[in-house]
Amino acid sequence: MNKALRTLILVLLVMVVLLFIYLPVAWLVISSISTRAELLSTPIHWIPQQPTLQNYLNIFFPSRGVSEVARTFRITLWNSFVVASSVTAITLVVGSLAAYALIRLRLPFSQTLLIGIMGTRMIPEISLVIPLYIFASRFRLLNTPTILIVTYLSFALPFAIWLMAAFFDTIPIELEDAARVDGCNRLQTLVRIILPISAPGLVSTGLFVFLTAWDEFFFALIFTSTVAAKTVPVAIAEFTGRYVVDVGSMMTGGVLAAIPPVLFSLIFQRYIVSGLTAGAVKG
Amino acid sequence: MKNLKTLFALTVAFALLVGALGCQPAQQAGPVTIRVLTMEQAGPTVEEMNAIVEEFNKANPNIKVEIEYVAYDALHDKITTAMASTPPAYDVFLVDDIWYAEFAKAGYILDVTDRITKDMRDKIFAASWDITTVGGKVYGMPWLLDEKYFYYNEELLSQAGFSAPPKTWEELVDQAKVIKEKGIVEYPIVWSWGQYEAAICDWVTLLYGNGGRLVDDSGKPVFNDEIGVKTLEWMLQTIDEGITNPASVSYVEEDVRNVFSQGKAVFATNWVYMYDLVNFNTEQSQVTGKVKMSLMPAFANSGVQSATINGSMGFSVAATSPNKDAAWKYIEFLTSEDVQNRYSAHLLPIWQTSYQGENLNKLMGYTPANATTVPMFNEQFPFAHVRPKVPYYPEASKALQLALQLALTKQKTPQQALDEAAAKWVELAK
Amino acid sequence: MVRKLTLRQYDALIGFILILPSLIIILGISLQPILSTLYFSLFEASRGINASQTFIGLGNYVALLTDAVFWAAIGRTLYFTLVSVVLELVLGLAIAQLIHTRPPGWRFLRTSLIIPWAVPTIVNGTMWRWIYNADYGALNGLLSQLGLIDKYIPWLTKPELAMNLVILADIWHSVPFIALILQAALATLPADLEEAAAVDGANALQRFLLIRLPLLRPAILVALVIRTVEAFRVFDIIYVITNGGPAFSTVTISYLTYLETFSFGHIGRGSALSFLISLFTLVMAFVYIRILYRPEEKL
Repeated sequence: MNKALRTLILVLLVMVVLLFIYLPVAWLVISSISTRAELLSTPIHWIPQQPTLQNYLNIFFPSRGVSEVARTFRITLWNSFVVASSVTAITLVVGSLAAYALIRLRLPFSQTLLIGIMGTRMIPEISLVIPLYIFASRFRLLNTPTILIVTYLSFALPFAIWLMAAFFDTIPIELEDAARVDGCNRLQTLVRIILPISAPGLVSTGLFVFLTAWDEFFFALIFTSTVAAKTVPVAIAEFTGRYVVDVGSMMTGGVLAAIPPVLFSLIFQRYIVSGLTAGAVKG
Repeated sequence: MKNLKTLFALTVAFALLVGALGCQPAQQAGPVTIRVLTMEQAGPTVEEMNAIVEEFNKANPNIKVEIEYVAYDALHDKITTAMASTPPAYDVFLVDDIWYAEFAKAGYILDVTDRITKDMRDKIFAASWDITTVGGKVYGMPWLLDEKYFYYNEELLSQAGFSAPPKTWEELVDQAKVIKEKGIVEYPIVWSWGQYEAAICDWVTLLYGNGGRLVDDSGKPVFNDEIGVKTLEWMLQTIDEGITNPASVSYVEEDVRNVFSQGKAVFATNWVYMYDLVNFNTEQSQVTGKVKMSLMPAFANSGVQSATINGSMGFSVAATSPNKDAAWKYIEFLTSEDVQNRYSAHLLPIWQTSYQGENLNKLMGYTPANATTVPMFNEQFPFAHVRPKVPYYPEASKALQLALQLALTKQKTPQQALDEAAAKWVELAK
Repeated sequence: MVRKLTLRQYDALIGFILILPSLIIILGISLQPILSTLYFSLFEASRGINASQTFIGLGNYVALLTDAVFWAAIGRTLYFTLVSVVLELVLGLAIAQLIHTRPPGWRFLRTSLIIPWAVPTIVNGTMWRWIYNADYGALNGLLSQLGLIDKYIPWLTKPELAMNLVILADIWHSVPFIALILQAALATLPADLEEAAAVDGANALQRFLLIRLPLLRPAILVALVIRTVEAFRVFDIIYVITNGGPAFSTVTISYLTYLETFSFGHIGRGSALSFLISLFTLVMAFVYIRILYRPEEKL
């Protein structure tokens, strides 16, 4: 095939994919800076004629009369951050120990255990919520970040163990043997040899856990209702009242909620790619 | 019951064992804490609700009220989950009209019949007691009174040559045909017929406005009788004739406002919240100053003058709350004539005395919208119907929503669809 | 010989200690609740302080398995899962392949893939509901300005369309994730095999089907398992976009579970449903592993 033609086709394809990705995002951003009047105009104002940052100002510099959700939105962003990063940290530490044990140490039934652990990830949240609520209520953990951190581990941990086991498995056993000859015990091997090598895997697992925890809605909805622990998805949902739906604010909340995960992903992009590579090759 | 309790105990014991979380914190001395669960956008603003709490806490040093606000969509699930633990996570909660029978049967809400004074009985709207009464027993104080109203765009209507809004649905169809012919709007009326409770609200309005009923005196479903089928056929016909906005079949109340506020519909039915937003809020509406309300139409020759849906809410005490008296005290305070008269900028009071004399002037003067909505409420409320107080209501409602949707999307005939829903209601009642 | 045995035991001991925290957490917050769910599923139990409770054994399961509503929901769930996962896989593979050929702008494209993935589900749902809005939605606006429709279409009132619209929203959210995984896997494949095949006269399609695809099998497995499990439990996005409508045409099995458990208060029936979902997903994961894993590959 003609080389120039081939490049042209490829560029066109890239453009199509980019359009598919960015059109909805653009609409999200445009909606967030449109007035309600423009949102409801026919034909559609693709570019707002009177763009406004009012929705953003309401959240960051609330004046009187601004709704409670907008006023406390910053706090919920912080709550989400605390919960998601704690879950990520705990998951990485606890999960990497378990994954290492399952892959490298001659644990009886390790295969069965791994499948069993992955199996718990198949349980829908909905069937865990009532027993967990009773527990949370008994220990006065409702409306605390703690209960979210604990319950998020139910889906984050099995998945992280599964992913990390795959990463660890790609590390040549010879490396480890060498370390052991040098007199390192198992833990030292893990900390000094395995973890540094699998850093990309850890980062991409961490990011995956962070995104999942950031995204979680159902547990947060049931377990929290005050600003002490309410997370961003719940806050966004609360822009819907009994009847009134504040579309502009919702879209604004959406843009703000997407920024931290996107930023993290961009910062760690290099690791994600190499991490996924390691994980994906071995599965 | 015993099994459940044992299981919960086991659950906790097991959690204790594995969690090694130590012992329960000791009960603190001092004022009793009353936790209240309500919703945002419940009429009064959060600031107003907080101010009422502050007043109450000041007047009652031995009680401390803590209030939480959630979205309406989360309210039902939060209450039912909260009641699974003992003591419950909340002592007082806001209950929607349609949940009263379910919660009463489940034993979640306290029977307060004996706590209702004669003064309350006499001075509070009789129709509002329907909201919190199940099987003759009162389970809470009515608080947030609402019903659907008929809205019309006066300017567009007069462009079509009509000087008065329709009094019957037949008249509405005639007017709508002229409006459509003259090209004033494409679809003259918009409804909330999506697969939500909203559809039931519009259906009740039309059905009762045709002389029909959901259930008869013995509780048997009768909405699939001739009147019910005719009403549903009428709905379908208005879609086919292009009178009803076809998107209504996926719409809820807010979509109705979006369409009506841009002058894309001449008629709409909606709750009271829409009036202020479409007639006075220039940022959100293109039709400010042109919106009028009138008595909800009914079908001609049905013998009904008007009918609408009663969509109110009430405050109740958790039946398992350790501090029932303190909880009730707060509800009494919140719904008292004095507090309601002072905080009525965004709330229609439950006290008939609030609509008389000096109080009425004050009430109508709170906001420009109140000047219209307060008298309109007085006029329309006697025609408001509550949905059946049956404990299986959520399931029954879903079945009816499905029937309406099946008919409106032409997958089944109105008769077939309604018959199936009625059969489901009979089965549920067993 | 003796030393080796003790080392083995020592390893097992260390291993046990290392895995203990995870086991405690998983047992505490997943296994115990699911056991109580299993227990509840054997009762005719409704919600309530003084609700009656009768042991009915497998009664709930029998009732479900003979209920047309249940099978309709399973059918819709399978449709959603099958269509969305297949399309996501095909599109993901295509995009991965596109990036792999390093066209101009591929780095920007790869970075952009992260964005839809990072948009929270609840936002994604709200956004698409707004896009599909009949009177003000971007979809109608776009199509009518392109001259493809002359009248606005009430998208979400069409039972035959609604599920596909939800699938489109799900694809937008999930394709980038699959593309990222597969693209990463493609980058590690040895080039020499394909070159040799090319020399042997294999055309591009043959090379792709016979060499590249088999090598990608483990990565595809990861993507398949993750996405199938998620798709089978789809709830949030349906709740936001259609609320199960129109006419129940988007009521999936998770949505049905939500209705039974939370809206209707049928604790026993709801528990049986959620236990069935767990079972279904577990079986599906096993089937994948059986089909796609080769014995020589360790887990």
